[in-house]
Amino acid sequence: MALYSEKVMDHFTNPRNVGEMENADGIGEVGNAKCGDIMKIYLKIDNNIITDVKFNTFGCGSAIASSSMATEMIKGKSVDEALELTNKAVVEALDGLPPHKIHCSVLAEEAVKAALKDYYDKNNIPYNKDLFPDCDGCAHCADH
Amino acid sequence: MQIYADNAGTTKMSRTAIDAMLPYMETYYGNPSSLHTVGQEAAEALQQARGEMAAILGCEPREIIFTSGGSEADNQAIFSAAAIGEKKGKKHIISTAFEHHAVLHTLKRLEKQGFEITLLDVHENGLVTAEQVRDAIREDTCLVTIMYVNNEIGTIQPIREIGAVCREKGVLFHTDAVQAVGHIPVNVKDDNVDMLSLSGHKFRGPKGIGALYVRKGIVLTNLIEGGAQERGKRAGTENIPAIMGMVAALKESVDNMAANTKKVQALRDKLIAGLSQIPHCALNGDATHRHPGNVNFCFEGIEGESLLLLLDAKGIYASSGSACTSGSLDPSHVLLAIGRVHDVAHGSLRLSLNEENTEEEVDYMLEEIPKVVDYLRNMSPVWKDLINGKRQFIL
Repeated sequence: MALYSEKVMDHFTNPRNVGEMENADGIGEVGNAKCGDIMKIYLKIDNNIITDVKFNTFGCGSAIASSSMATEMIKGKSVDEALELTNKAVVEALDGLPPHKIHCSVLAEEAVKAALKDYYDKNNIPYNKDLFPDCDGCAHCADH
Repeated sequence: MQIYADNAGTTKMSRTAIDAMLPYMETYYGNPSSLHTVGQEAAEALQQARGEMAAILGCEPREIIFTSGGSEADNQAIFSAAAIGEKKGKKHIISTAFEHHAVLHTLKRLEKQGFEITLLDVHENGLVTAEQVRDAIREDTCLVTIMYVNNEIGTIQPIREIGAVCREKGVLFHTDAVQAVGHIPVNVKDDNVDMLSLSGHKFRGPKGIGALYVRKGIVLTNLIEGGAQERGKRAGTENIPAIMGMVAALKESVDNMAANTKKVQALRDKLIAGLSQIPHCALNGDATHRHPGNVNFCFEGIEGESLLLLLDAKGIYASSGSACTSGSLDPSHVLLAIGRVHDVAHGSLRLSLNEENTEEEVDYMLEEIPKVVDYLRNMSPVWKDLINGKRQFIL
């Protein structure tokens, strides 16, 4: 299908890092089944480095591809580097997404941040709360 | 293997239809409004085609208006009935919640113009009843418009009974029969229909052509002005090749309807029985009052677009009512209308078969679809929550 770039189709049909993780150091879940997409990201963190990442996604092709790409982009990075991951970077790495699918990349960014926040919370590490926007007001689900 | 299972979306044209069109591009290319021989040859062909369609639908040739397709026919029928009603001060229209958007959006526009619209509940089985229509008709009702066969879930409405109620109450009755004509027996007289829309490409004719049956005596409102074509009710030089192709395809479909129905229905039932084996799924729409080629399921825990993409990679061409395939945030209004909640409606799959499909293809689909559903469920956090008891199964 020409709807997506080859990169998106590659990450959709051969997603990297699919699965769950026991004893994860951070778990983030964002989205809503009602809206048609949920992403759950698991992080293994050693000495401030993300040594392993896994994800589970319920959603469309671009949601699965965005999750796969985001996990690839933060694997092996420091926690601080992972915090800088933006949805724009995910879109660029995927060679673009159709306009109405951009929210899938936003969800991927939010899932990574949610997992990092969970890691901070679990380990009582202080952090700047402004870096983690509250998802309750998240526009794409607010209509339901 | 490549399997086209989206025949409710559109069909591959039949050889008969293509062959019927070619002479009207190469040899008889005249404009039927021209007085010369080439023009009159086209005029004769047009007259003959109109006669053949009329004979099939059970009406007079002059009661058929050729249009650009089903959507135009729906628009013209509804706007015309609204104009007739408005003159009499009747501004109430009855329809259903799961009509095609060609009907629903037209009704929306009328609502903005002061009409009151009642959308009947279609129940969990996707069927309305004549009694519901009877109860909804008011003094100021000017039109009842209810689709013959639902395009997504294939349910066949009791059109004849609804038509009888409308006749009794003196209310105009229109039906969008785009998914019915050429597939199941349709006769406008027997069915008590005042107006009926049909589309060529749903029964293996060409795209961009359709027709509106309008009972004589009902005055149509023009959507397109500019000429005397179609009794002055639809301007524009007639698309003769498309009309010839559509009528040839219709004739072929109707001539072979009994055999096609038997074959397609058997394939449908095998597919439904096989897919029903997948845990936590449900057939959408009544199993009995159903289009012979329609299969529509919801699979819990997965999303339809990813399902379609993976099936596409396996050569299976289908459709879904998920939000991601509609380009909006909401899943199909049809699935919501039959009571499927959002979470489940996102995971729908429609396979629409016709006589071109084979049992070998059904076997292949029954082998591949469960694998793809399983694969997607295995990466779905929703599915994980369902099997771990953190979330309640709906299906």
